[in-house]
Amino acid sequence: MIQISNIQKAFGDNRVLKGIDLTIQKGSVVVILGPSGSGKTTFLRCLNALEVPDNGVIAFDDGSLTVDFGAHPSKKSLIALQRKSGMVFQSYNLFPHKTAAENLMLGPMIAQKKSKAQSHEQALQLLAKVGLKDKADLYPFQLSGGQQQRIGIARALAIEPELLLFDEPTSALDPELVQDVLATMKQLASEGWTMVVVTHEISFARDVADHVVLIEDGVVVEEGSAEQLFERSTHPRTRAFLQRILQ
Amino acid sequence: MTALSDLLALLPFMTPERAQIVIDSFWPMLKAGIYYSIPLALISFAIGMIIALGVALIRIVPRASLWHRVIYRLARIYVSAIRGTPMLVQLFIIFYGLPSIGVKLDPFPSATIAFSLNIGAYASETVRAAILSIPKGQWEAGATVGLSYLQTFRHVILPQALRVSVPPLSNTFISLVKDTSLASLVLVTELFKQAQIITARNYEFMLVYTEAAVIYWCICLFLTFIQGRVEMRLDRYVAR
Repeated sequence: MIQISNIQKAFGDNRVLKGIDLTIQKGSVVVILGPSGSGKTTFLRCLNALEVPDNGVIAFDDGSLTVDFGAHPSKKSLIALQRKSGMVFQSYNLFPHKTAAENLMLGPMIAQKKSKAQSHEQALQLLAKVGLKDKADLYPFQLSGGQQQRIGIARALAIEPELLLFDEPTSALDPELVQDVLATMKQLASEGWTMVVVTHEISFARDVADHVVLIEDGVVVEEGSAEQLFERSTHPRTRAFLQRILQ
Repeated sequence: MTALSDLLALLPFMTPERAQIVIDSFWPMLKAGIYYSIPLALISFAIGMIIALGVALIRIVPRASLWHRVIYRLARIYVSAIRGTPMLVQLFIIFYGLPSIGVKLDPFPSATIAFSLNIGAYASETVRAAILSIPKGQWEAGATVGLSYLQTFRHVILPQALRVSVPPLSNTFISLVKDTSLASLVLVTELFKQAQIITARNYEFMLVYTEAAVIYWCICLFLTFIQGRVEMRLDRYVAR
């Protein structure tokens, strides 16, 4: 279980996150919804210290790590937080000068000091898992957007994180490629990965999410099960958001 | 050889004697180019690139400590001073000026120092711009797979930045090859110095200096060819 409390972040005068609390159960899929500019991506980036919050606490309840951002956390604890999670970016951010397999191997080889042979074998296994074993030696520019994003997912898995973070993983994809990526994500969910997903894919939230959070203007408007939010919510802002997005 | 001099003699302005001068001066000049001009350019470029990488990195890394801000200032002053003063003047200061404060250097090392400092300053700007052209997402992707700042720089950013900077750096290198002719003024017997020695004997300025120019041109054509090959190799991961 991961306890996140009172995350605050401002860029200059712009208060993007105004104190967000969230509990992530181990093995659960948390989907974060919200209009653009609501702060949901910033919140996700705070979870692995790509943005450092001005305030708030992230605590892993197995006692392995607690980071209190209000108390000037050390660089070491920020790196420890970063190593807990794998990140999947909206624009993939694959390394263009490395083949698919090399993209997966870089973290394990350089950061975790694994051998080349071991990293390569692991890379091939992960590529097989996302259905791209035959693309191991191709460069990103030789692959479709959907294939690149699945390699992005495999790269996040390669560092063996506790937690997977997805930042609008299908937003940059052509509509016909979205399903490939969502299928891979559903597979990971069924394998018991702990996932936090920022997305606009309501169908994914409906089918896969254990917990749905709606963020607007830097605060949590409502959270609960998918059914609770999509079918039974009486909160006017939730209703308004769903109406906009389902049109 | 007689066939070649007969052929040359057919050109306008040529006489059999002049044709012979062209042939006789070719090898000494080429030799001076191979022994002095090209090594001077290669060594200076190698040292200059090391300086350039260091300076570019100093100017890009977030400036956290006071210590770092001091080094950053010094790096900026270095780039500004080198770019703002003529290379010939720098050469003269190092070769003719330094001995009066007790630092005596031979011609070749003097020229190497001056050219390295120049390449370092100019190339640092090229490398810095190339590094800044790599999207921020690449730094973030490096961090999220567990790489430190320097590891990300070394394995993710630098290879991409070098690819971007090959064309401008090739330009710098070709300029450097031609600028080595300035070393003749601090007594390095490179290609152009050799041309001056030959003309001092026979007064055939037009002939010998033009021949020297042609040899420089051929060297640069060869370097341009190499640049093309390097770009092709580095572009293998880019869609065309």
